[in-house]
Amino acid sequence: MNKKSFLTIAGIGLIALSVQAQMSGVNNMNTFNDFSDKGAEFLFPKLPFAYDALEPYIDKMTMEIHYDKHHRGYYTKFMDEIKGTAVANKSFAEIFDSVSKESTGVRNNGGGYYNHGLFWENLSPDGGKPSDKLMTAINEQFGSFDKFKETFSNAAATRFGSGWAWLVVNSDGKLEVGSTPNQDNPLMDVSPVKGSPILALDVWEHAYYLKYQNKRPDYIGAFWNVVNWNVVNKRFDKATR
Amino acid sequence: MSHHNQITQPSLPFAENALEPVISAKTIGFHYGKHHKGYVDKVNKLISGTEFEGLSLEEIIKKTVGKSEHTGIFNNAAQVWNHTFFWNSLSSNGGGEPSDVLMKKIEESFGSFDVFLKEITEAAKTQFGSGWAWLVMDGNKLKVMKTPNAETPLTMGVKPLLTIDVWEHAYYLDYQNKRPDYVTTVLEQLVNWDFAASNLK
Repeated sequence: MNKKSFLTIAGIGLIALSVQAQMSGVNNMNTFNDFSDKGAEFLFPKLPFAYDALEPYIDKMTMEIHYDKHHRGYYTKFMDEIKGTAVANKSFAEIFDSVSKESTGVRNNGGGYYNHGLFWENLSPDGGKPSDKLMTAINEQFGSFDKFKETFSNAAATRFGSGWAWLVVNSDGKLEVGSTPNQDNPLMDVSPVKGSPILALDVWEHAYYLKYQNKRPDYIGAFWNVVNWNVVNKRFDKATR
Repeated sequence: MSHHNQITQPSLPFAENALEPVISAKTIGFHYGKHHKGYVDKVNKLISGTEFEGLSLEEIIKKTVGKSEHTGIFNNAAQVWNHTFFWNSLSSNGGGEPSDVLMKKIEESFGSFDVFLKEITEAAKTQFGSGWAWLVMDGNKLKVMKTPNAETPLTMGVKPLLTIDVWEHAYYLDYQNKRPDYVTTVLEQLVNWDFAASNLK
């Protein structure tokens, strides 16, 4: 790993802690972000909004099952998997950076645990707008905000099977869109897209099937109404500092 | 536009509500009418005007497997085949135990029918993400397999006998996160052992 990509990855913990601080009052201390530091306790994060807060774009029942069953399931399995192992003392950045050397259980459940936490944070019924700084970077990289949305939506729509779409800041400090299969993410050494994730979209069928069934593109379209740009802006600031 | 070279979607071998309450008419409606049909439409679109137009579905799958430049064609073609095989693997009169010849083969290969049930249930439960669980014949021996996404034993030198779809769309409306309940109930009540036995030949 070169120094630059190490710094990018090391920055994740700082991003997370900062977002945590900024969002206090929404999340309490028992959140997803607490454990991004090495040796920190792995906690199950609180959902930063009510189950019905994203209606009608993401329905209450989907949110409830997604958070309380799927996400919690990954968390529980991950904790079982790492109990008494060296992984229990590592940060997520460290675990994911060499995840190809870990068990399938660590990769799948650790990814599922982390990715969902990131996803909840970048959703909100009232998430503001992209900052001027982020908008400038989007325009530079994609030509326009609409082109960016189209690129990201296409990555989400064409991920075959289960997976995630991402906007990341890559090791060159540039914005990049990509997708990963199953519960992989851009911090993982196995990922086709690498960098600091600043926007995540879950395209597993469980994320949308109760409301949208086979119409994944409709779910992706609805997602743009509930992006928490305030969080994305902060992640971008930290990742490009 | 000519249609004689197209891949067609076989009709469903049962009514949409025939598998209730194990699999709802709503699920079959989407699964057959949208997902399966979607793969058929997409593969026809993708092969149009290519070297694959006019080939059989099996030929298309075998010629495109593992070729990164043909991933789209493979995924859609294999999903057409897998789903058709899945519909045939289900019956409202299914479940229970297979007839003598297949039962003997299962006992020879797995030790007992219960061990087989445990193995295929485990495969179906642990296929991470989207995919399929299978009973196949490998040479003269039966075995259980699982495959991710569109991958199919058809290209792996073994003969598929039976499959269970474990993409979330196969069970999410009826079972949500409880995939194990779906798998167990399908095995108990819907598995078409006559179809599996017919594939032994």
